[in-house]
Amino acid sequence: MKALRKYLDKIKPNFEEGGKLSMLRSFFEGMETFLFVSSETSKSGVHIHDSIDAKRTMTAVIIALVPALLFGMYNTGYQHYLAIGETPGFLMTFVYGLLAVLPIIAVSYIVGLGIEFTVAQWKKEEIQEGFLVSGILIPLIVPVDTPLWMIAVATAFAVIFAKEVFGGTGYNIFNVALVTRAFLFFAYPSAMSGDSVFVRTAGTFGIGTGTVVDGYSGATPLGQVNVAANDAIGSFQAVDILGHPLSTWDMFIGLIPGSIGETSVAAILIGAVILLFTGVASWKTMLSVFVGGAFTAAVFNLVGSTVAMSITPLDHLLLGGFAFGAVFMATDPVTSARTETGKYIFGFLVGVMAIVIRTLNPGYPEGMMLAILLMNIFAPLIDYYVVESNIKRRLKRAVTK
Amino acid sequence: MGLSTKNKEILLGPLSKNNPVIIQMLGICSALAVTSKLEPSIVMAVSVTAVVAFANVIISLLRNTIPARIRIIVQLVVVAALVTIVSEVLKAFAFDVNKQLSVFVGLIITNCILMGRLEAFALGNGPWESFLDGLGNGLGYGIILVIIGFFRELLGSGTLLGFQVIPDVFYQWGYVNNGLMILPPMALIVVAVIIWVHRSRNKDLQEN
Repeated sequence: MKALRKYLDKIKPNFEEGGKLSMLRSFFEGMETFLFVSSETSKSGVHIHDSIDAKRTMTAVIIALVPALLFGMYNTGYQHYLAIGETPGFLMTFVYGLLAVLPIIAVSYIVGLGIEFTVAQWKKEEIQEGFLVSGILIPLIVPVDTPLWMIAVATAFAVIFAKEVFGGTGYNIFNVALVTRAFLFFAYPSAMSGDSVFVRTAGTFGIGTGTVVDGYSGATPLGQVNVAANDAIGSFQAVDILGHPLSTWDMFIGLIPGSIGETSVAAILIGAVILLFTGVASWKTMLSVFVGGAFTAAVFNLVGSTVAMSITPLDHLLLGGFAFGAVFMATDPVTSARTETGKYIFGFLVGVMAIVIRTLNPGYPEGMMLAILLMNIFAPLIDYYVVESNIKRRLKRAVTK
Repeated sequence: MGLSTKNKEILLGPLSKNNPVIIQMLGICSALAVTSKLEPSIVMAVSVTAVVAFANVIISLLRNTIPARIRIIVQLVVVAALVTIVSEVLKAFAFDVNKQLSVFVGLIITNCILMGRLEAFALGNGPWESFLDGLGNGLGYGIILVIIGFFRELLGSGTLLGFQVIPDVFYQWGYVNNGLMILPPMALIVVAVIIWVHRSRNKDLQEN
């Protein structure tokens, strides 16, 4: 650690004004503050700097995402070998997934951080750390077969138009990772939906080449619901990619096709515990998303006139990106409601909207992304009315005394 | 034929510093609706230019005889007549484009630029200046439409005026047209980018 600090101090003058590498100043600063807590202290007046700055908070989120990421890698390999009918053992399965997912992570970080560094250098500002989390969220919410150039275009679009034009990290109205996904979803629908994108059947870097076995279908459970829309109610049964029925336990563990990080509710729950334990995310938002989703699903169950309505509340919460969105997206401190009462309202409506879109809209099998983006717009409005009603209540109290 | 400095300003001002779309934010609705392809954008630009130029001249000629209380009705009658003529001409000579533009030809009547120019300029100026003003504003509107249409058709369909410009080999490498470009939200973002570029080149237009 000491050697690293010494080395940074030694090369630091190169990056300051007039140094030969001053072009890369923002990059150096970003790296330095990522590695070490900033040594800058307040120079006047009575101020206290908390050493837990935004970069440390972001690091907590990334640690919370690691279980979902590792499981996603394993699942990518697992689905692949299931599709080509081989069982190469745990290690090979994981390596295949690792090689399939790593390029996506690399592209997302290189494009996103590249834009952030350029903007910071250009506006002579410090590097903002927001993309640390977005950069890992993006690979987790896209299908594994998304072409890398599409991810690059979508990331660039989201960072520029959803974040930088609003003023950078902390000022964005919409969740950047979800804007990336929404861009991909609307711009390249064939690469983001259907039954051929969620399982990679081709080999990766020469590993795992093979032909797909008979009876294979890469549709996600929610995709299957969509296809079965006109079947008789009660006849629907979610199946894995080889046609074997899926139990609730399978959906919880998450060895099912889907976007890379969203399938395993178990891994996401580990992340949720880390987020709640470190106090980064609000349990109020998280809980109320699940409550809103379960409530709406139960209401649709009572109506029960289509296959999509007859999905049980538990299955709704386990399938698709619901859990991932509730834990990592809806709780984003920048784009969700900030007042304590507002968090309940915000979360509840996200859950309601997600299930409503899933159930009633035949075009979108998954509604979590659109639900959170929609509620992002309303978060400031919710906060405004919560604060207003607080003021009103207190005024009333003051008058009656 | 040289134009006086003042007339030059009337004609050329709306192309940049006084643009009806990106400065005054008028006519945005049709800029979103008809620009998914370049051809209808051009036809729309020409139609609006013709209507606003001639409506300006007619209202300018009548300006001293129109009672102030009923001037909006008179303006609407003139504009409606001109729009009907344009619509009939399009139907006769460019039926396909007319079908693509659908209701938006008729809706030129409601284009804010028209009423704006008639109210703000033609009612107080002579016919020649009014003609130049209408022409300038029509072209200012048109130039934005054509820029939007160009990018939306190029990125959304890979074509320009219906001809494929992105080579086939790109598609074989895995390039896919951007479906979002065809949808109206992207037109709004293209307008925003034009405004962004325009304002960063003209610092005096930046508001704080």
